[in-house]
Amino acid sequence: MLPLVLDQVSFAVNGRTLIDRVSMEIAEGPRTIILGPNGAGKSVLMRLCHGLLMPTAGTVEWRGARNGRERQAMVFQRPVMLRRSALANIAYGLKLAGISPREREMRARDVLEAVGLANIAGRPARVLSGGEQQRVALARAWALGPEVLFLDEPTANLDPGATRDVETLIGQIRAGGTKIVMTTHNLGQARRLGDEILFLSQGRLVERAPVEGFFTKPASAEAEAFIRGELPWK
Amino acid sequence: MEMSRKKLLSIALAALILAAAPVAQAQKFITVASTTSTEQSGLFKHILPIFQKKKGIEVRVVALGTGQSLDMGKRGDADVVFVHAKSAEEKFIAEGYGVKRLPVMYNDFVLIGPKSDPAKIAGGKDILAALRKIKAASAPFVSRGDRSGTHMAEIALWKHSGTDIEKEKGPWYRDTGQGMGPALNTASSMSGYLLADRGTWISFKNRGDLAILVEGDKRLFNQYGVILVNPVKHKHVKKDLGQVFINWIVSAEGQKAIAGFRIGGEQLFFPNANAKGA
Amino acid sequence: MGEILIALGEAGRLIVGAEAALVEIVLLSLRVSLTAVLIACAFGLPLGAAIAVGRFWGRRPLIVIVNALMGLPPVVVGLFVYLMLSRAGPLGQFGILFTPAAMVIAQTILILPIVAALSRQVIEDAWQEYREQLRSLGAGAMTSALTLLWDTRFSLVTIVLAGFGRAAAEVGAVIIVGGNIDGVTRVMTTAIALETSKGDLPLALGLGIILLTLILALNAAAYWVKEGAQRRYG
Repeated sequence: MLPLVLDQVSFAVNGRTLIDRVSMEIAEGPRTIILGPNGAGKSVLMRLCHGLLMPTAGTVEWRGARNGRERQAMVFQRPVMLRRSALANIAYGLKLAGISPREREMRARDVLEAVGLANIAGRPARVLSGGEQQRVALARAWALGPEVLFLDEPTANLDPGATRDVETLIGQIRAGGTKIVMTTHNLGQARRLGDEILFLSQGRLVERAPVEGFFTKPASAEAEAFIRGELPWK
Repeated sequence: MEMSRKKLLSIALAALILAAAPVAQAQKFITVASTTSTEQSGLFKHILPIFQKKKGIEVRVVALGTGQSLDMGKRGDADVVFVHAKSAEEKFIAEGYGVKRLPVMYNDFVLIGPKSDPAKIAGGKDILAALRKIKAASAPFVSRGDRSGTHMAEIALWKHSGTDIEKEKGPWYRDTGQGMGPALNTASSMSGYLLADRGTWISFKNRGDLAILVEGDKRLFNQYGVILVNPVKHKHVKKDLGQVFINWIVSAEGQKAIAGFRIGGEQLFFPNANAKGA
Repeated sequence: MGEILIALGEAGRLIVGAEAALVEIVLLSLRVSLTAVLIACAFGLPLGAAIAVGRFWGRRPLIVIVNALMGLPPVVVGLFVYLMLSRAGPLGQFGILFTPAAMVIAQTILILPIVAALSRQVIEDAWQEYREQLRSLGAGAMTSALTLLWDTRFSLVTIVLAGFGRAAAEVGAVIIVGGNIDGVTRVMTTAIALETSKGDLPLALGLGIILLTLILALNAAAYWVKEGAQRRYG
């Protein structure tokens, strides 16, 4: 499916422009972090890429060749667990993907095992801790074997321990060959997990650079102010 | 839900539905539209089982009031109509809704009122004089106001006493639009006068300080008639079964059953199927 | 006060005696209202889900109408159904008037809007939470509606019990279309109406207490289900 190409994409609602003529290409390989201050439009841009929102101008296209892995998945800031067991939550995603019942159960167990949550497989998902829920959400996405995984501030609501677990898991998923596209407001996390930074400010793509270059020598004034901590974050 | 809890609940639900399911009824039945007085006094509870045992036909009584019963007959929602308003019944037949009217029985109306009797009519034998006194005293009077046989009889009595009550009523006249029982409840709670059929009065339990003040006047005579709904107008009417019921109720056996109905030793309804001009 | 004590005594006597006539009345009440609830739910729950999840022209006015129909006066419904089922009416040939079937029809019409309106509210609230994740996983409108119906099942059970309570408690509709025929269409509420109009108030109160106990037990059951589920499933 990759690369994903955005061409002059804008998104406006009630007269307010949230994304302003963004053109970019997301290719295979590097872990892409979308960074920016509060209200920059990171979440909206994510949703435009994933297909949850339709642009009001411009195009969003998957230009890649079909390689048998036409899947993308998304994990949200607040994990959405169905009122059933953790295992059943994962099986639900697989069912929607057309996997047979026996295969579903097997794959769900395997992925829970792989993320170290085999012991809570039978527990009602909604009573799990925030960190556990987010890991189940990630496992659910991973089980689908996606080519691209979008993550919208996945650890914003988690404590440092749970954050560490989630970051490790993202690493596992990446190692399995999935492209990671993530938003965060945590600069440390961006440095830890990212290979390239897409910096957004007021709906415009202001800067794009490899991670180290971005933090040591930001090219734009906005980026510089943001790194220094002068622009507000969430 | 836990599997066992879910199972328990579904079994309970299934059992409940099965228990409430009726035994299949292949029973023959007719629908009789009648007045509240015949049902509420308990007459039907007494005579219908006798009829069902003899003829094997179930009688389903929809007890509303004369007006609604006749309306049901016009719509074809009943097979037989059994009410007590002769002129309305004759009109019903004249308009082609019923086949023939047969007299069945009579009971009487009584004038009920508070023992304190502000209009001073207690013990009187003249209903018209009593009504005039009530009007003169502007004493509270409760009317059914529901086009029932009792209501129509009441209006007729007012007329004979010289009052067109529809035009001349004052705030003392309470038009409740209710059946006999509720009207009695109302009269009891406001210590008012009202015209009631003796049957409902005898079985009425919430008397408060009400008592019979005037009775026995021939003008308080209340005649019941039975009519088969016209099968020509309504093809589905159970004319054969309905006719069996009518024949039975005017027969010696049916009339005896009516006479045999008593409350506290008192007979409420007096069979008169053979009376001329009833 | 004395009247109420007599009524309690009467109620006790009735229940302990379990007279056949009384048992018949209670069972008929249950049968009619349970059947009505089942039919109302079979149509009302999917309808509520469809309105909650769907996007179609006239959706908002439809929600307003369904909400307003919750306040249908039972006696008006009774009159309408009576006119429909009367021999003189359009559906007269089926001869359903003055049978339990007519009572079921009238009560179904009464509680269908309640089930639809309340379930729509519940499902729409859940939809707000689940919408993006379900779409991300690839669930279409129908699948989403079914998923939400299952996920909100405990709240829905409360709604179903509320519908049953409303049906079991009404008298205006069933007395008109049923005719309160002794042994055929006499239910608890119509029996109470009859005994009251006969002036047999202790008996009416006694029946009323039995009915109240039933409704109370129902509400307790609803509470038990909801609370238990909340604790276990989150």
